[in-house]
Amino acid sequence: MKTWALVSVLLVGFLLIWAEGDIPAIGDSDAPAYNYVADRYIKEAYNETDTPNMVTAILADYRSYDTLGELTVIFTAGVAVLLLLRRGGRL
Amino acid sequence: MKQDVVIRTVCRLIVPFIQIFALYVIIHGASGTGGGFQGGVIFASAIILIGIAFGLPDALQRISEKTNTLLSCTGLYIYAGIGILCIIFGGNFLGYSFIPLPLDSAATRGLMAEIVEIGIGITVMAVMTSIFYDIAVKEDM
Repeated sequence: MKTWALVSVLLVGFLLIWAEGDIPAIGDSDAPAYNYVADRYIKEAYNETDTPNMVTAILADYRSYDTLGELTVIFTAGVAVLLLLRRGGRL
Repeated sequence: MKQDVVIRTVCRLIVPFIQIFALYVIIHGASGTGGGFQGGVIFASAIILIGIAFGLPDALQRISEKTNTLLSCTGLYIYAGIGILCIIFGGNFLGYSFIPLPLDSAATRGLMAEIVEIGIGITVMAVMTSIFYDIAVKEDM
């Protein structure tokens, strides 16, 4: 069992180090994260959503489905704590 | 569990300002820094401060556990409800511009984003307070 654990750790470590070479440099303007929708957000966010804060425009409008998931995660965490730790009484 | 009179007085003075600041952070999330998550946590911190300074029963008197559970569901319902509303009016899920308000498309989207932020704030506030209630030691109840 220990041997398999060591082998899997070494394998994953090798994969991570191997993949690390493809990470774009910090601040690289050719990075994929900056090339697809970021341009549209910067140019059109205010005209399309009437929201001066671009971060809020992306969070609550363009990516609102993602934010709904985040909120569900927080809600689920609260319900999990409630079910595990609350003693006595009804919900 | 009663703390020192200084702590209680300072808490009583500072809690309304924390709550006002939390509401400011939620409402002004669209035009400045802030948003629902941050504002909700700040609001919860005010209630946690009450719980620390005056004891848990005092905090429970202000927001009971039942209200808290209801509020944490309400915020999520507001968010998902707006998404469903968009489907009812013929758009995509959370496609805000399909909601027929007497505003242009951009203003509708901005307004709906504000309402969604308020929903986020309610849920985050209720969940943080609920976690505090659950892990606080209930020695004097």
